[in-house]
Formats: sequence, C-alpha cells, structure tokens
Amino acid sequence: MIVIGQEIQTAAYLFASILFILSLGGLASQESAKRGVLFGIVGMIIAIIATVLGEGVEGQDYIIGAIAIASLIGIIVARKVEMTSMPQLVAILHSFVGMAAVMVGFGSYLDPETKKLIGAAHSIHLVEVFVGIFIGAITFTGSIVAWGKLDGKIPSKPWAFSGLQIMNITLLIACVVLGILFCKAPGTEGMLPLLIMTGIASFIGVVLVMAIGGGDMPVVVSMLNSYSGWAASAAGFMLGNDLLIVTGALVGSSGAILSMHMCHAMNRSFFAVIFANATASSSQGGEKKAIEGEVTALIHEEVATLLKEAKSVVIVPGYGMAVAKAQYPIYDMVQTLQKAGKKVRFAIHPVAGRLPGHMNVLLAEANVPYDIVLEMDEINEDMPSTDVVMVIGANDVVNPSAQDDPASSIYGMPVIEVWKAERVIIMKRSMSAGYSGEDNPLFYKPNSEMLYGDAKVSVEKLLGFLKG
Amino acid sequence: MKVGIPSEIFPSELRVAATPKTVKRLQKQGFEVYIQHNAGIKANFSDQEFEEAGAKIVSTATDIYAKSDIVLKVKEPTMEEIDMMKEGLVLLSYLWPAQNQSLLQKLADKKVNAVAMDAIPRISRAQKMDVLSSMANIAGYRAVIEGSYHFGRFLNGQITAAGKVEPAKVLVIGAGVAGLAAIGAANSLGAIVRAFDTRKEVAEQIESMGAQFLTVEINEDGATSSGYSKEMSKEFIEAEMKLFLEQAKEVDIVITTAQIPGKSAPKLWMDYHVAAMKPGSVIVDLAASTGGNCALTKNGEVYATDNGVTMVGKLSQLPSQASQLYGNNLCHLLDDMGKAEKWKIDMEDAVVSRAMVTYNGKINWPPAPLPVSPTAGGAKKVIAPTAEEVKASDAEKSKKAATSMLITLAVVGAMLLLVGKYAPKEFIQHFTVFVLAIFVGWQLITNVAHALHTPLMAVTNAISGIIVVGGLLQTTNNINDPVTIIAVIAILIASINIVGGFLVTHRMLKMFKK
Repeated sequence: MIVIGQEIQTAAYLFASILFILSLGGLASQESAKRGVLFGIVGMIIAIIATVLGEGVEGQDYIIGAIAIASLIGIIVARKVEMTSMPQLVAILHSFVGMAAVMVGFGSYLDPETKKLIGAAHSIHLVEVFVGIFIGAITFTGSIVAWGKLDGKIPSKPWAFSGLQIMNITLLIACVVLGILFCKAPGTEGMLPLLIMTGIASFIGVVLVMAIGGGDMPVVVSMLNSYSGWAASAAGFMLGNDLLIVTGALVGSSGAILSMHMCHAMNRSFFAVIFANATASSSQGGEKKAIEGEVTALIHEEVATLLKEAKSVVIVPGYGMAVAKAQYPIYDMVQTLQKAGKKVRFAIHPVAGRLPGHMNVLLAEANVPYDIVLEMDEINEDMPSTDVVMVIGANDVVNPSAQDDPASSIYGMPVIEVWKAERVIIMKRSMSAGYSGEDNPLFYKPNSEMLYGDAKVSVEKLLGFLKG
Repeated sequence: MKVGIPSEIFPSELRVAATPKTVKRLQKQGFEVYIQHNAGIKANFSDQEFEEAGAKIVSTATDIYAKSDIVLKVKEPTMEEIDMMKEGLVLLSYLWPAQNQSLLQKLADKKVNAVAMDAIPRISRAQKMDVLSSMANIAGYRAVIEGSYHFGRFLNGQITAAGKVEPAKVLVIGAGVAGLAAIGAANSLGAIVRAFDTRKEVAEQIESMGAQFLTVEINEDGATSSGYSKEMSKEFIEAEMKLFLEQAKEVDIVITTAQIPGKSAPKLWMDYHVAAMKPGSVIVDLAASTGGNCALTKNGEVYATDNGVTMVGKLSQLPSQASQLYGNNLCHLLDDMGKAEKWKIDMEDAVVSRAMVTYNGKINWPPAPLPVSPTAGGAKKVIAPTAEEVKASDAEKSKKAATSMLITLAVVGAMLLLVGKYAPKEFIQHFTVFVLAIFVGWQLITNVAHALHTPLMAVTNAISGIIVVGGLLQTTNNINDPVTIIAVIAILIASINIVGGFLVTHRMLKMFKK
C-alpha cells in the first residue's frame, strides 16, 4: 500500500473541503446543480482515499469490504425509491449519520490512543465525545420517528402533553450531571454514565419529533439534517480532524438556515416549531370566525367544460397530489390545455408537501418544465386575472383564514390567494381538514367548487373529457 | 324585503341600477324586486325583459319609494327624490359625500340609511363591490375608442400598397384602473402607448399592459396607503410639466385619468401643452366632471381648440354594460350585508361602516382611514401610523438592534477570550476552522432556489456522511478489537448514506429541465 504523508493528506482535505463548499454553492440554481453533485462526489472520494492512505490507518481490508457492501445497498435503495417517498428516504439516511456519529464517539472513547492525553486536552476530548454522542443519538432516534411519521407508520398528529417542556429540561439537566460524572471518571469507567446519557438522548430525540405536527415536517427534516452535521463536526473535534469539522459545520449551518427560511415562509417562530410550541406564537386567541356559505360540488364533466372555457389556468398542488401520484396525468392534462392555447401554470407554496421543494421534485419527475412552475409570491398578483384555479390535494396553503381570522392557528402564514380567481376547483377526497387541523372557509366561498375523489382518477377522467 | 329601482331623472344619466340579470340575482338573494316603468330604457333594457326576469313594474317613483325597504340608484338623489324617501329606508347609490354635505344632512334628517357606493373602501375584500373600479374600467376603454374616433386615423402602423402609415402615439396620464384599461385598449389597437404616474409601484403594471413607463428624474413616490396618489412637491411638478411638454410635441392622443378623492382634479396638461400639440391631436379628459386634468377641458363638451386639437370632455357611458357591472357591484354588497334572510346593517364591518355615510339620523363621514392592503387584522379597524411615528419607531428599532448587537459581540468576545486562555492551542485551531465553516455554510444557503431545497437536503445529507472518516481513522487490523468492530459498522452505515444520498440527488436533478 502507498502511504501518503501528513502534509499531502492535509492538502487533500483542504481540496475536499473546497469541493464540498462548491457543491453546496452549485445547488443554488438548476443549471449548476448537477455540477454541484459531481463536486460533492469527487470531494468525498478524495477525502476517503486521503484518509485510508494516511499514516497509521490499519484494517484496509475491512474498510474496503464495508464500503463495498454499503455501496451496493446504497445503489439499490437509491434506485428503487419512488420520488413520492423521497422525504422518508432522506429522513432515514439522517438517522444513519446519527448512528455513525454515536459509534465513532464510543470508538473514540475506547481508543487507547486517546488515553494518552493529559490535562485540559483530556477533559476537552471527553466533553467532545460526550457532546458528539448526545447530538448523534438525538439525530438517530429523531430521524427514525420522522421517517415513521412521513411513511405513515406513526400518526402524524403532534403528540404532546403539558409537562413536556419541563420533562425535556429535566432530562437535559440530568445529561449535564452525567457529563460531569463522565469527565471525572478515570480510564473507561465513565462508560456507565455515557450509556445512560445515550439512552436519555435517544429518548429526547423521540419526544422532540413526536411532538411536532405533520405540517411542520419539512422544517423538522431539515433541522435533523442540521443536527447530523453538528454530530459530524463534534466527531471531528474528538478526532482532531479538520475535514470533519469543516464539513459538519457546513452541513449544520446550512440545515439550520434552511429551516429558518421555511419557518419564515410559514410565519412561525423557529423555536416554536423546534420545541413543538404549535399555537402559542401564532394564534392570538379570540373567537374563531364562523364560516358562512355552503359547499357546492361539481362533476367531472362540468369541470372539464370550465377548463375548456378558461383562458388562464393555475394549478396548486399539495400533498394530496403526491399521495395519489397524480403528477403524470396532471402534466398530460396541462399539455392538452396548452395545445388548446391556454396559459397554464403551477403555483407552489413554500411549505407544500412534506419536504422543502417536494412539489418541485414531483413535477420535475413528470417532466414539467420549471419555467411554468411559479412560487407563491410570483403568482399571487396574477390570481385576480386567472380564470380557473385547480387546487389538487392542497388545503392549508390556500386557507383564507390565514389572512382574515386571527383566531386561526395558521393566522399570519402567507397563503396562495386562490379565492381571488374567477373560479376555484378544489380536488379533494373528502371535506376533512388539512394537516393543521383547521377548517377551510375557502370551500364555502361562492366562487369555489369541490370535485371529490382521488386526485389521479379525477384528473384522468378530466383528461378524457378534455380530449373527447 | 323589497328592493326598488327608480328611473334615473338626471337627463344625461343613461345607466340604471339593475338589469334583468341582476334582478334574477336579487330574487335568488331573497328580495322582491320593484322597478319603475321605463327605468332601463336608456340602457336598452325594456320593461318586458325586467318582467320576464321576475320584477314587478311600478308606474311612479313615489310608489317605488313608498314600497321599498332598499332602493338602488345610480346618480345621487335630488332633494325632491329625498323628500319621497321614508324613515329607515336603505339607499345604495353614488353620493360623493365629500362634495355633497347638504345632501348628507338632508338624508340624515330624513333618517335614511344611505350607502355611498363611491365610498366603498378599496380593500381586497371589497373589490367586488368597488363601483369606481368597474366604472373606471369602462371609462378607460371608451376613452381610447372615442379618442381614436376624433383622431380620424389608424392607430396601428401599416405598410400598404398605398403607402406607409405611422402608428399613433398615445399618452396615458394616471395609471389607475381607468388608465390601465386605456393602455390595454390602445395597445390592442396597435398604438404606441406611453404612460405616466407619480406612483413608482405601478411601473410594472403599466409595462405588463404593454405601455412604456415615463418617469421624471426626481425621486419621489406618490403612493399612499389609500391606494390613491398624493399631491407632489413643487420640484416634482416642474419636472413633470417639462416631461409633458416634450411628449406634447410627439403624441397624437392624450388620455388623462388623474383624480384625487374629494378634491378637484389636478391640472396636469396646461394651455401651453395643448398649444405644443400637432393639429388633429386629441385630448380625452376622464376627470372632466371634477374640473378636468387639462386646463382647457369643458365638462360635457367636445370642441376643437384654435390650433386644431380636439378636446373631449364627455364620454358615452356604455350604459348597458355599465348598468350590468354596477348592478353586480350592488348585488355583491347586498350579499355581504346578509341578503334578505339575514339582513343586517353591521356598523362593525369595515366596508359597511365606511360606506354607510348616514346612519340612524347621523352623518358618518369622513370615515376612519383604512390602508388598501391591511397586513394584519383584516376586518378590524386599522389606523395607519403617521410618517413621523414610523420614522421614530424605525429609529428606535435600529438603535435597539445596534445595542443588542454590541452586547452579543461583547459576550462572544469574552467567551472566546476564556476559551483562548484555558483551551489547548490545537483546540483553538480546530475551533477557528469550525466557526469560519459555519459562516461559509450560512452564506452558501441563503440564496438557494426554493425548488432545489429537496436536492440540497439530499446532498448535504450525503456530505454529512463524511463521518465515515471518523470510522476510517479508528479501524485496526484486529477485527476482534471492539473499537474496530464499532468503526467498521460506522463505516458501513455512513457509506450507505453517502452512496444513497448522492445517487438519489443525481436522480432528482436529472428530472429538472427547462
């Protein structure tokens, strides 16, 4: 085996770090995104090779074996996963990073090399191990719960009780106490407090994510992403490895700012979301507005006629489209309408779906060109001049209560103002409320009509009438 | 509940407050509809059509006022008409409350509850009842049609066997609803359209309708929270006049639409502007009824000036179309007031409380101000803070922000000092790298396109698999060593993450295309 010196390894790490930065930067726009991924892959390969060839690294056979098996699993998973279950995949992958971080932490604690450290260096190393395992464990269990919620294995309703905050704080204090015990223990005797802390941290991870409602899932996923970065960074500190520190910090801070962006888009306080304080910040109390008017429903043929007469159509997709996998027939319908000379566009709310940008990915999967896919702010001013809006499986993001009912829990969240259009067709399976659990007065507006049924089946029927 | 529609008695008022279509709608709302004989004749609606729609024909206005609980009118009532009204009657009509104080007093004395349709606040919710917008739309369209009639030439440019025709140049002043409608109509007839407005925010709307936005060099914005523009400074007006003089030499048709609520129209097009125009040019003044934007406008008259410019001071109202839209606006308001069944004059309601200019014998004018697009509170009364208050609170905010920034920096500095004193050198090095990397990550993500959030997350996820390095450093040749076992497992799962994350991102990005 070739062995490279420390200087070359450091240089390679620096190069890998630059590539990672370019990779994240490249994802700022569609054109450079593919290049960004390539940079990321090359950076990763350089980092791994430079590490394996470094001085004092042993067990290359095991390493190669493990990576080979992992690559095979990774390839199979990535190929098999459906675009609609992307959120689940991302969540479960986060849990892997969390688990790996926990293991690296334990490994570092047991490693006889680190026992040679003395004084402040030793204490700092122990703190690093402790913090790294703490973050890793939270990431691990939190991501598993997030995966369960996204996959529908765990009910997405927020699960919380009044003493939740107090319990979390108590547990946190317990962890600090355990941390002090751990640092004072000689040799590997700190193992017990460390294990107890791992248990507590795992429990905190579960509780934190359980308490968050399905509507806030995009924020949670991105927050877990951030945690996994911090965990990697902590591992870097304990191993004295700058590459890990830099990369972890990059991922950590980018995940955090992404979550904040999303909270901003929902007009929610960041901390209120993360600490599952769902209503305290946004609702100003008071009587809920009574909803007036009645719900009217149409049949497919009538909707098809409306579409034929319309000049401009806007489609607002939501999670319902993802569930029904309706993006393909929808794009078929869009093309049919476009051939008839109509202006058709998509309006995407920043938090539609269960993952940031979820709708964009699904529409892209169906080959919808991204220049007809607009964001909420771009399309809202065009709403009054739109003839027909089709709301497909979206609910909270088109709820007018957000603007005019201070008692509503989503009051103040920017929404797509579909009710300003001439006609609104809402495709929905039933009259049930959206993820926030809020009733939607939109359904009762005089210019809105319901079209009940599974989104995919409905769109296919509409397509039949439009073509026929 | 009975709704009555009298004939309009003002001779040049051709519109009527209901059409057969809106009569049907009123009945659906639960009202009985009475309409005066020949009320719709000037707008081309016959008694027969109204009867077929379900209205009952009544021969005199006196009968209408005696029978009805709600009266729908277009033009503000005369004193004689008010005399016929009974106590408690609800009147929906144009009233121009700012100019008609004596009329309001008379209505209040008679205890008529009068809604001034022209005083409906311009908020999003009330758009469907905003008669000023719906009528302005018609006026803008008609201004182009009549302007081009008097102009007597093509509006679009043509190259024909008989020679080349230059396109006409149209200047629209004031880009409110009327102005935008005029721009749209002129543009679709093929003219070159330019438009001027003191509010910078409308530049985009002007351009979207197909006109060129003219502007002066002075940086002053005329936008106000009421949706109308304010009066501008002297310097601004001078620059504006200069700009208009340049334009006057070029343009063929000028359409002026600038009005300020409750005041006479601003004079924007002076005699020297008219003098500078080419013979055969046309000026259509939509503000003629409130004094005119042009110094030479004569309200209700069309005449040619000495240098051959046609001044148009009156427009046909397109009575049939206008009645339909006006009637719809009225129906929407009645909808909002609870229809016949749940009829209620709700003085808490933001729209009703502002438009109801007399209520229970009292004059309710002028109303509390209401910004066009309330950011919070919706229907609640919002009193806009004055400019000084805003400035003061802004100054305070920035001061607070500065102090809290200073405190934060001081705390961070002190903590770093502590770390530097006690921590080993190596740790400080790592820490430096760590903090700098956080800032890089922060900056990188700030401008990522929203559509790419999911791929971004998948990539950052893959990159966070760098934790594999930790495992790599810990493996030894001894597979029985617990550290090595743990490390190999860590490598395994971290690598799944890396490979899976990158591949899935690649798959996603492949789908994005233009």
